[in-house]
Amino acid sequence: MDIKAFLDQDEKKDLLRLLTAGSVDDGKSTLIGRLLFDSKRLYEDQLAALQRDSKRVGHAGEDIDYALLLDGLKAEREQGITIDVAYRYFSTNRRKFIIADTPGHEQYTRNMVTGASTANLAIILIDATKGVITQTRRHTFLVSLLGIKHVVLAVNKMDLVNFDQKIFDDICSDYKDFVTQLDIPDINYIPISALKGDNVVDKTDKMEWYKGKSMLDFLESVHISSDRNFDDLRYPVQYVLRPDRDFRGFSTRISSGVIRKGEEVMVLPSRKKSKVKSIITYDGELEEAFPPQAVTVTLEDEIDISRGDMLVHPDNLPRIERHFETMLVWMDETPMDPTTQFFIKHANNNTKARIDQVKYKVDVNNLQKSEIDHLKLNEIGRAVLTTNKPLFFDPYKKNKNTGAFVLIHPVTNNTVAVGMIIDKLSPDDLPSKISDKHRDQIRKGEGLIAQKEYQKRYNQKGATLWVTGLHGSGKNEFAFSLEKQLFDMGATVVLLDGSSVRSGLSKELDYSPTDRAEHLRRVAEVCRLLNDQGIITICSFISPDESIRTQVGEIIGENQFHLFHMDASLEFCKKNKPDLYEDETIQYVPGVDIPFEAPVNAALNLDPTQNGNNPEKVIEYIREKKIFPLQ
Amino acid sequence: MNKYNLTHLRELEAEAIHIIREVAAEFENPVMLYSIGKDSSVMVRLAEKAFYPGKVPFPLMHIDSKWKFKEMIEFRDNYAKENGWDLIVHHNKEGFESGVGPFTHGSKVHTDVMKTQALLEGLSKYKFDAAFGGARRDEEKSRAKERIFSFRDKFHQWDPKNQRPELWNIYNAKVHKGESIRVFPISNWTELDVWQYIRLENIPIVPLYYSKKRPIVEVDGNLIMADDERMPKELADKAEMKEVRFRTLGCYPLTGAVESEADNIEKIVEEMMTVTVSERTTRVIDFDQEGSMEQKKREGYF
Repeated sequence: MDIKAFLDQDEKKDLLRLLTAGSVDDGKSTLIGRLLFDSKRLYEDQLAALQRDSKRVGHAGEDIDYALLLDGLKAEREQGITIDVAYRYFSTNRRKFIIADTPGHEQYTRNMVTGASTANLAIILIDATKGVITQTRRHTFLVSLLGIKHVVLAVNKMDLVNFDQKIFDDICSDYKDFVTQLDIPDINYIPISALKGDNVVDKTDKMEWYKGKSMLDFLESVHISSDRNFDDLRYPVQYVLRPDRDFRGFSTRISSGVIRKGEEVMVLPSRKKSKVKSIITYDGELEEAFPPQAVTVTLEDEIDISRGDMLVHPDNLPRIERHFETMLVWMDETPMDPTTQFFIKHANNNTKARIDQVKYKVDVNNLQKSEIDHLKLNEIGRAVLTTNKPLFFDPYKKNKNTGAFVLIHPVTNNTVAVGMIIDKLSPDDLPSKISDKHRDQIRKGEGLIAQKEYQKRYNQKGATLWVTGLHGSGKNEFAFSLEKQLFDMGATVVLLDGSSVRSGLSKELDYSPTDRAEHLRRVAEVCRLLNDQGIITICSFISPDESIRTQVGEIIGENQFHLFHMDASLEFCKKNKPDLYEDETIQYVPGVDIPFEAPVNAALNLDPTQNGNNPEKVIEYIREKKIFPLQ
Repeated sequence: MNKYNLTHLRELEAEAIHIIREVAAEFENPVMLYSIGKDSSVMVRLAEKAFYPGKVPFPLMHIDSKWKFKEMIEFRDNYAKENGWDLIVHHNKEGFESGVGPFTHGSKVHTDVMKTQALLEGLSKYKFDAAFGGARRDEEKSRAKERIFSFRDKFHQWDPKNQRPELWNIYNAKVHKGESIRVFPISNWTELDVWQYIRLENIPIVPLYYSKKRPIVEVDGNLIMADDERMPKELADKAEMKEVRFRTLGCYPLTGAVESEADNIEKIVEEMMTVTVSERTTRVIDFDQEGSMEQKKREGYF
């Protein structure tokens, strides 16, 4: 074999990215040291076959200089780098490897999560004298969370337990019991002694009971190309290439699926369709391209496409949502402030996101869940987010590239959290958060008019009279009548109802629960501004969701918010206003395909059949509450 | 599924192209720092690939210490011209006019004034908010944990405690005015990958990498080439023709040659595989002080 042949062979190798989890005590550095140094020796052995003189320097003996490697780790610690994943490189005759080496000390979670994000495989080290310990479970959970499909459980220090098969089997069995609750498709168990080299590079003769491969042999042969998703075309446009007026190319590194010349594609979010005219690379045009190739495509038709748009196959769409559930890992020293509007970066898309809810956090040591409302450094939790514009995503388990995102703090610009999208519940079933419990940061206008002066002028206190009820319950008729009567009595009143607000202020929002929450948030903010300046607002909105109504109350202020329920049966409403109810194509009709939650704490329940008397009841109520008239 | 396999080089290539495009998409005013070395040559080719058939939407900038090998400057100008690059050459005018150089001021002062300061000056002058560099993680211990997007404050300084988490292939490109990012698209390449890629892609490199008879003076154990008349006469007089090549390129008085017969890429790789000395040990500036690369990085040098 000459050097040309060596290079030709080297060129054809593929790449395996792996993560090593464990501490120095488990023999991690020793293992990495062996892999790095022994593979180097393999290279040199091969080159020796060239039968030329080589000016070899050192490294002839069996002794490996682990100190070199440990020095590296020491240097890292001294530098005080907060996230210290060290990337190391080695190569064998069959494969190239990138090791993400994460020191397992106190900052383990974010280090490991960072290293795991790009890894195909994880080696989890166990000390045979200790067995499965808390750290093993923690590492395994994080590996599973980040969706690594291949795990090697390396049971190390077998030399210290006399290479005893029973000890190995017991450890494997303990581990299997634990790992069934996680989602790792491929787990392999290898007994090794990193120090003595048993089963690291070569199979040992000291454990003949072990029929599997040595560590290196396994790493060289494990099949990883099918881990990529070749089924669902996700082509998130990264860069629009316009060198001249005639050429418009859309460049990206393909996230998943295969794109073929001549094939029909759909552009998200416009949903316009076209055909792939060409797939261009510097090295020539391609008939098809696959992940993770970086290419440029042109389309047959001129369609307006910008960065962040996505090309997909029309019969295989990702989720297109603003509201979704995710696992979040908090990476920043500063704990989460749930009222912050973060930047979110996802699949070449930049937008803003708010956190609606943190459902629970997971203790990485025992997988116990506990309720919590915000996350701190290294904590992992399940959360609900709403973004300003829709994301095109798949659940992370199915597609890492379209299921992962990062959150960036709007002031510090730090990457504060990373997320993996879950797709178990419909966005309609996820809670929205429209009010902040800590509203002290919202400043009132610095007007020169005191509350008392407003009250004196208007003879009233600012308040919101909020009427909830099904479509067709008669709440609008009631609201208009109430407005007229209060106006005639001299009150200063503003009426807000669904159709007037939706025709302008909430023009771009639809009737989905997510958009409905945003719509009601805007209404509530308007009410708050008006109420603070002494005006009474009458609001007539279906507002079907109890949690949203409660938050509307929080925005307006508990003392100013008065809730009335137009308590009509669905039959009554259907008879009263049949149009909406009879049209089966209409989605999101409260009481029909989404629930209407009757309020449990309404100030008054109003009977729609008595609508003539209802305004008087409410007027009586506000008189008693000393809202109007004050004199 | 085998037909959808990529070799490691094609995977690394795709990763680098993705990074380069991301910078072009996210930053207002990026620049590619061009050292004329082999790693830079690979990076420049990757940029050409990223925007093909268009022109690369950012310029190259070479920080000229005024002490580079003559062949490097010649190569730089030819390459930029032939490949249609917009090339900025910047040097520290003040330092140059006051005659700063390695023979008179020593390597530390020279490097600081003519390289580090010149670089910071160049970056500030053109208000670049992102600068590509051809550094690799396997080059040197302190780079093993370097981010691909490495954040620099208003003073171009690198704060090890203020580096952002970098997961998947999602890069945080947010900077405030005056701050910037250094970007290393070939972070994950090894020296062998770089040579292998140069060979596969026929990427032109400065001929100094290939062995040839050159006038060499031994200075403190380093083989220094007598490249121009600025070399002090007492040294230049000792020059002997030796068959040497350079494993890294820089300022000629600070770059040691190795005796070698490797006059093509195959031989270079062969030599590399059998010599286990890391490539940076032929770079004189590393010996100035303990952890000097680390120090230079903090100060803003790569």
